[in-house]
Amino acid sequence: MSLHSPSHRMSCRLAGLLRGRSAVIGIPYLWLLVFFAAPFLIVLNYSLSEMGAVRPDNLMVAGDGMLRLALKYGNYLTLFSDDLYFTAYVSSLKFAAITTAVCLVVGYPFAYFMARARASLQPALLMGVMLPFWTSFLLRVYAWKGLLDEGGWVSQLLIATRLDGLLVALGMIDTAGKFMNTPFSLVIGMAYSYLPFMILPLYANLAKLDLRLLEAAADLGATRFKAFWLITVPLSRAGIVAGAMLVFIPCIGEYVIPELLGGPRTLMIGKVLWDEFFSNNDWPMASSVAVVLVLLIVVPLAIFSKVQAEAREQAR
Amino acid sequence: MKADRSFFGARFARNFGRGWLSLGYLFLYLPIVTLVLYSFNQSLQPTRWGGFTLDWYVKLASDHEILDGLWLSLKIAFLSATASVTLGTLAAFTLVKYRRFRGRTLFSGMVSAPLVMPEVIIGLSLLLMLVAVQRATGSNLVDRGLMTIWLGHLLLGMAYATVVVQARLLDLNPQLEEAAMDLGARPHQVFVLVTLPLILQALASAWLLTFSLSLDDVVVSAFLSGPGSTTMPLVIFSRARLGLNPSVNAMATVIIAIVAICVTVGSLLIARAERRRAAEISAAQRGA
Repeated sequence: MSLHSPSHRMSCRLAGLLRGRSAVIGIPYLWLLVFFAAPFLIVLNYSLSEMGAVRPDNLMVAGDGMLRLALKYGNYLTLFSDDLYFTAYVSSLKFAAITTAVCLVVGYPFAYFMARARASLQPALLMGVMLPFWTSFLLRVYAWKGLLDEGGWVSQLLIATRLDGLLVALGMIDTAGKFMNTPFSLVIGMAYSYLPFMILPLYANLAKLDLRLLEAAADLGATRFKAFWLITVPLSRAGIVAGAMLVFIPCIGEYVIPELLGGPRTLMIGKVLWDEFFSNNDWPMASSVAVVLVLLIVVPLAIFSKVQAEAREQAR
Repeated sequence: MKADRSFFGARFARNFGRGWLSLGYLFLYLPIVTLVLYSFNQSLQPTRWGGFTLDWYVKLASDHEILDGLWLSLKIAFLSATASVTLGTLAAFTLVKYRRFRGRTLFSGMVSAPLVMPEVIIGLSLLLMLVAVQRATGSNLVDRGLMTIWLGHLLLGMAYATVVVQARLLDLNPQLEEAAMDLGARPHQVFVLVTLPLILQALASAWLLTFSLSLDDVVVSAFLSGPGSTTMPLVIFSRARLGLNPSVNAMATVIIAIVAICVTVGSLLIARAERRRAAEISAAQRGA
């Protein structure tokens, strides 16, 4: 492209508009610029404005005085000085981390045994994990309300097995026997919804494991557990990280699950953004919350894409 | 094999594995089973069984709020799935076939960003843009309703469709397209006659996936819907917020039944197409 002269390039581009290649690239590109990139810039602009006074120049930083700058970043100052927002960010990260841990503890053995099952059974087992995806996410989360409510099946089971005492000790529920609208119900709902996202990458990884390595370890005198811990787990690192990030990232900004299953003690940032927008009608503040939320996601996302790139390198 | 040195025997390990898998599947399917079961429950108290009834289904048939929402949701899901697969195929084609063009990094970033972006942000940003356009032009062209919800679902669906189609395109044997080009086919002929039939199955599963995503979406729709355009998930969500509601269970059962039928028929058709293609390929190889 760069070898062409400007005028030639111009005519090429005009002709190219009618040609396949430019249209194939151009249509989705333009669409994403208009409906994904531009709206995000507008959010950025809003986040720098005061309520009721959104101007196009909010985004541009003029060099005139400290007062104006302070006003412009007013929303962000509130964000960092008001306890509500800080607490919400921290507890979003906390609940996302707990959910990821629960999914890993449940999902790793699950994926492991799936990968070790008879080969003829494996497609059916895989289908069994994917099928719940096809039923409404909203309805499955709603169903947990019935299971955890007083008299619900799971709630009765937990009381019968006296696990509710343990949950009180862990601080996941306040009083024994009451499970709804607690951190516990929130974590159960999120772990349930995102468990397949943990299982699928782990299964894909564990199914490729070279079993001869385990045989070699056994021949050299390693116990089953030692072989598992020293060979299987390190080799499945990429699967663990991929699964963990696929659970952790969407959990941070989750709204529906905290709204339906979480209670007053489970402040999540997605819910704060929602309330800021729909209840307080403070669009600039909602935009600032959104911008910081994006920044929060960038770090785990970078880890995820690094591990993915490494895995692709190894596959070559 | 050597004698088992482990503390736990092989038999214990096998049973433990079976037990863990069974409990896992129980965990995955328990909520779905209870939804269906309690839709036949006579008792108004949602956690107590009061006998079998079909009352909730009768009530559902005259529940205009839910039925209107369902009709709107189906229209939006159909439109957004169709558009998502179209745009997603273009995007996937771009990423796979054109390795180098200006702004490729930005493009691939933007394509997959909606997959990880919290839905609250997607909804908020699109709404703020629509408001900005409305203010700038002073027109009512972008009134919130079917079109704006469709736009939001399309943004989400396109990302998923791209992933599905891209995976299939990467899997494709490039020799097939090269052979067509050697035989003098023009690029669009190669696409229509060779590539398209080969990726048809991926397009179908992408369409089904984006259809069900759209049919299920609450957050983006909440931001982009206006008065009089309440989709079914929004109706269900507002009722579920207030507590348990047997009419929601009945609706859920209907949806689960429809989805089960569609998935079964779909996978049977896909399996048949797969078998036929395998047979054709082996026949072609024998012929050659």
